[in-house]
Amino acid sequence: MQVSMTVNGDSHSRDVEPRTLLVHHIREGVGLTGTNIGCDTSSCGACTVHVGGQSVKSCTMLAVQAEGESITTIEGLAETARADGIATGEQNWHPMQEAFQQCHALQCGYCTPGMVMAATSFLKENPTPTEAEIREGLEGNLCRCTGYHNIVKAVQSAAEGAS
Amino acid sequence: MIPAAFDYTVAENAEHAIQLLGEYGDEAKLLAGGHSLIPMMKFRLAAPTQLIDVARISDLSYIRQENGQVAIGAMTKHAELETNDVIAAACPILGHVASLVGDPSVRHRGTLGGTIAHSDPASDLPAAVLALGGTIVARGPNGQREIAATDFFTGYFESVLAPDEMIVEVKVPANTGGWNYQKFNRRAQDWAIVGVAVADGGKGVALVNMGSTPLRATAVEAALAGGGSVADAAELAAEGAVPPVDNNADASYRTHLAQVLTRRALEAAS
Repeated sequence: MQVSMTVNGDSHSRDVEPRTLLVHHIREGVGLTGTNIGCDTSSCGACTVHVGGQSVKSCTMLAVQAEGESITTIEGLAETARADGIATGEQNWHPMQEAFQQCHALQCGYCTPGMVMAATSFLKENPTPTEAEIREGLEGNLCRCTGYHNIVKAVQSAAEGAS
Repeated sequence: MIPAAFDYTVAENAEHAIQLLGEYGDEAKLLAGGHSLIPMMKFRLAAPTQLIDVARISDLSYIRQENGQVAIGAMTKHAELETNDVIAAACPILGHVASLVGDPSVRHRGTLGGTIAHSDPASDLPAAVLALGGTIVARGPNGQREIAATDFFTGYFESVLAPDEMIVEVKVPANTGGWNYQKFNRRAQDWAIVGVAVADGGKGVALVNMGSTPLRATAVEAALAGGGSVADAAELAAEGAVPPVDNNADASYRTHLAQVLTRRALEAAS
């Protein structure tokens, strides 16, 4: 069936099977492979994207459920920051991306797109979190390089930069 | 993992969803947030051939206080329960328990009606509704009926909901009496190995993952009502329960957990 959604500001209308998962639609239909598939069981958060501005695990949502929605993936995050006038650093990235780089908040990088998308959604809901709140806010995202310490520091740094 | 093939229809409103349930019969499932159903379909533990999407029925997403009750539309998301002022003022236990379901991304999608209908004994919110003495409002082709939460759950993933009925509302008494929720798990975002919800200063005590349904700990409630101490009442937490056995815990471990968590919850709530 036909499904239409906005991905990073661009309209995409495609014919999909109802059972097509949103993450497959984004990667294979829309062609944006920054969103990773990790566990495929809504545990690891590697596939986190924003649907209507809120973090969602795109392996546990059907593409047809996103009909009419506005999706942001890691590829479009910096552009949202530029539009909001909060892009920063040499790369003109989203402050969360900049903070991840500055704080060395990644090792292999596989969890990073999901971490960044979950963290930006979390800070919208809680702009001045404690360290403990950051850890709870990211509990749906797993890093198997045991990099949590610097990830938490990056989110703290991004929160402080925004306040 | 991809679910088995199915057809997908968006329900315009509750009446439309019920009409579609009648048309498609046993092969149909209602899809709300999908965070229980879609994983089951990906594992092929469920393979409905027709999904009826009810998540877009916006007039089933509301929270309002009326006549000493808090009425919550079935499509209200966990994240809304977590942050809603009416819930915080009138039945704070529900907001707190909602904040412990899964993780933030899951709570952006999961709905109260969905988690009740799914009837998983390991879910958090059904036990909170049980402890509060809530009511499930179900609508079918012949109209609406109210079901006490204590009568709603009948077995693993089973309830008294008829195949052509859907939950439209959950009602709980406005109650700010002493409350607490103890959730024991070993990993972030896991289901409770055992959970205990205490509402109204101990008048309502409900257990998570201690049987095939969420359970009222009636022996604990009766002991407290009869003037028993918290410590003595908590010892009765698992009375009548048949705890499940899985990789996390055997029955004796769960029985012990239920006693300890009930004591902690009662102490915190009193």
